[in-house]
Amino acid sequence: MIYSNLKTLSRALKEKQISSVELARLFLDRMARVNPELNAFITVDEEKTYAAAKTADARLADGTAGLLTGIPLAQKDIFCAEGWKTTCGSKMLANFISPYDAAVVTKLEQEAGMVSLGKANMDEFAMGSSNETSFFGAVKNPWDTTCVPGGSSGGSAAAVAAYLAPVATGTDTGGSIRQPAAFCGLSGIKPTYGVVSRYGMIAFASSLDQGGVLAHSAEDCAYVLSAMAGFDARDSTSLQRPQEDYRSRLEEPLRGLKIGLPKEFFGAGANSEVMAAVLAAVEAYKRLGANVVEVALPNSHLSVPAYYVIAPAEASSNLSRFDGVRYGYRAAEYDDLNDMYRKSRAQGFGAEVKRRILIGTYVLSHGYYDAYYLQAQRVRRLIADDFRAAFGQCDVILGPTSPTTAFKLGEKSADPVAMYLSDIYTIAVNLAGLPGLSIPCGFDERGLPIGLQLIGNYFDEARLLSVAHQYQQATDWHSRRPQGF
Amino acid sequence: MNSWEIVIGLETHVQLATKSKIFSGASTAFGAAANTQASPVDLALPGVLPVLNKGAVECAIRFGLAIGAKVAEKSVFARKNYFYPDLPKGYQISQFELPIVQGGHLDILIGQGEKSVEKRVCLTRAHLEEDAGKSLHEDFHGKTGIDLNRAGTPLLEIVSEPDMRSAEEAVAYAKALHALVRWIGICDGNMQEGSFRCDANVSVHQPGTPLGTRREIKNLNSFRFLKEAIEYEARWQIETLTDGGKIEQATVLFDPATGETRAMRSKEDAHDYRYFPDPDLLPLVVSADWIERERDKLPELPSAKRQRFIRDYGLSAYDAATLTATLEMADYFEATVRVAGSAHAKLCANWVMVDLAARLNRENREILDATVSAAQLGGLVLRIADGTLSNAIGKKVFEALWLGEATSADEMIEAQGLRQITDAGAIEKLVDEALAANPASVAEYRAGKEKAFNALVGQVMKAAKGKANPQQITELLRQKLTAG
Repeated sequence: MIYSNLKTLSRALKEKQISSVELARLFLDRMARVNPELNAFITVDEEKTYAAAKTADARLADGTAGLLTGIPLAQKDIFCAEGWKTTCGSKMLANFISPYDAAVVTKLEQEAGMVSLGKANMDEFAMGSSNETSFFGAVKNPWDTTCVPGGSSGGSAAAVAAYLAPVATGTDTGGSIRQPAAFCGLSGIKPTYGVVSRYGMIAFASSLDQGGVLAHSAEDCAYVLSAMAGFDARDSTSLQRPQEDYRSRLEEPLRGLKIGLPKEFFGAGANSEVMAAVLAAVEAYKRLGANVVEVALPNSHLSVPAYYVIAPAEASSNLSRFDGVRYGYRAAEYDDLNDMYRKSRAQGFGAEVKRRILIGTYVLSHGYYDAYYLQAQRVRRLIADDFRAAFGQCDVILGPTSPTTAFKLGEKSADPVAMYLSDIYTIAVNLAGLPGLSIPCGFDERGLPIGLQLIGNYFDEARLLSVAHQYQQATDWHSRRPQGF
Repeated sequence: MNSWEIVIGLETHVQLATKSKIFSGASTAFGAAANTQASPVDLALPGVLPVLNKGAVECAIRFGLAIGAKVAEKSVFARKNYFYPDLPKGYQISQFELPIVQGGHLDILIGQGEKSVEKRVCLTRAHLEEDAGKSLHEDFHGKTGIDLNRAGTPLLEIVSEPDMRSAEEAVAYAKALHALVRWIGICDGNMQEGSFRCDANVSVHQPGTPLGTRREIKNLNSFRFLKEAIEYEARWQIETLTDGGKIEQATVLFDPATGETRAMRSKEDAHDYRYFPDPDLLPLVVSADWIERERDKLPELPSAKRQRFIRDYGLSAYDAATLTATLEMADYFEATVRVAGSAHAKLCANWVMVDLAARLNRENREILDATVSAAQLGGLVLRIADGTLSNAIGKKVFEALWLGEATSADEMIEAQGLRQITDAGAIEKLVDEALAANPASVAEYRAGKEKAFNALVGQVMKAAKGKANPQQITELLRQKLTAG
């Protein structure tokens, strides 16, 4: 049962082959055995999980259940959940119990009736590409426990890849859903900016952050995204659009689809094994009836530098509220107010978070703002324009998700720039606010999954999921299991 | 040396009269128990987001229209970053580069009476922002308490050009602004509760030379403090410069107890606020339609009303300005005129501006709390105007109305026989009696002492119990004294 897709689970629950409580127990028992090795979950609260499962069973019994009612999930610990410790992977919030629910939690748990198995580990404040910056320790990749699962949604990815949860929420600011999905052999979607409410999602970089899903298939992603998306008046950047069923186009054939291959994504950046797998996927798409055109994203080489100005700038301000005054970590001893701020923040934040706060503070400083922040915003516009032009020639854009497969734990921790370049293909998508997803398209010779990235035009999530689903109907990369799990 | 010119610009924080906060649904009511009006957004819990209160924008639009400013089609909220315990997010959401209200002006009256002159003060901008909470230093045994009830209260910060040249002008501007924001209903104007507070930028220079370095006096929450602080500061700056000293740019605080200003922080330790557009809020777009809808909600504005009072009632500019100092005063005056008739508007104006104002002042009351209604005063003015009451008796009637001893002038006239004696025969009799009874005064008058004449008028009036027409008495007395 733990290996079933959401459609199967949904039917099993509806037909009373299993109850939600039983299903939760299967996963919690497995988690108790497996999680200590992987460290995918930060917080587990069986009492809460079973209470939610009981509520779901009641809904299943009285006929008020929806498609997802009773299905367990892992919540990235960036989403505030009432009564749950919500740490964002940081010592700063290690003792913070949220008094309210994020919009995503309300929608998936309260409304759709999904059952939270616990809070998934993540890079501290979602800053990282390896999940090694978590205050609660690194997460291991189920495909090779000496490797990172990617980040920042590394706990979510490892949990799903190891079948500790059928599906998980994630957030993606520069690739934090797609890169871990690629490293863990999962399907992960980051929707168009504004599709999923950011209310209650602890902000890293507000203009880039977007919630999404990690699952075993595009189809499972479509199930959950449909319940997660939608306008929320509490988020001013949430988009007022009709509710959409992202499963609606899954069966659409690919004949006539125009796939754009940006020449900048097929240059020297990615390693040869990744490139070979991606090109093989292109051939598979051609066999499925798609046409391939070359497109250009001439400013894509500017996306990493622009991102590392904009994201830290917003983060430096977003993280100012963690000051030790009202909640969260406060230094035990201090001389005066400034000393309290200094010590609480110096002790409460990890090195990567502090690095980004410093970068962000610098680029917003008087005299540097124009040269860095404004310039980066101009670059951002150019990058969005590139995509707009490219989508004039194609329906979806295809390329690698990450230039490499999962790297070794510790391999890049001493070299932040090498770490930042891990997101070289994903960052532009956030800067433009476009939807993107990653699906597995092969394995390298060490047996590590390779991710294929598909980028859609604004609000084209349904088509993107369909293009992924059709590929998954013709291939089986997504249904391979890591050994031992 | 007395050739110094004082240059003053004001930044005024006006608390907008919305029910809820500018970015959250929490109440803005004053005086609730600490932190009971702080929502998750006001507390800046992790993950919360601001949502702009449309009511606050409407207030800003109405203000922009009232001062003839440009209401920006697009304005942008920015984050002003600094750490302080009562600033929960670590930044204040404000408008920086693109404020909602740009330009505009306010016409103020400088000086008293008919010698007063009108002056136009130009405004630079007005922008929307949120207030911070309060730090509480008492009752915490050496620690500091934080009350976030005020955090997120909507403010309109109104910035003037450095157009004022004296503390009197600054106070006149602040009063006119205070009246205007209450007039258009965007602020309750309660200065004790901090709904209207001024920062004054003060510099001094000698005319013809470049402007001096300014110091900013923070948080002046009464007109008296505003005046005293500016006067002290300007005097201090002039003395410092005269003694060969230099003025350093600084932020200063005014201590009402000592009447002095003292530096709080200098330019060197000024914050770098690292302003940038708030990515949680979209640019604020105000359509032409929206502006027109707000225009329709505006009452007749003070300047228009002033012009109308001059035109329709024949009032002087000073009277018109005084009567339009507040909407309540203007409404009271017009209600008085409605009863007394526009022909007697000038008399109504005098009664409202002099007698009523003095009585209110004596009891420290606002016009809304006057115990003489506009209808009652109108009835009184009508009886004075038609000669039924003398002015002196009128004052007595007013006092009786004020104290609630009568309900109308007419009722009192009937009940107490206050009708003015206008019968020439009756007055002549009184005059003759007075002349007969005061030969000494008569002699003094004839010897050229004009004072003695007034004494005789007084005697006649006394005999008439104040009810005789003073003009008739004067005429008759002169006739008799000249003839005799």
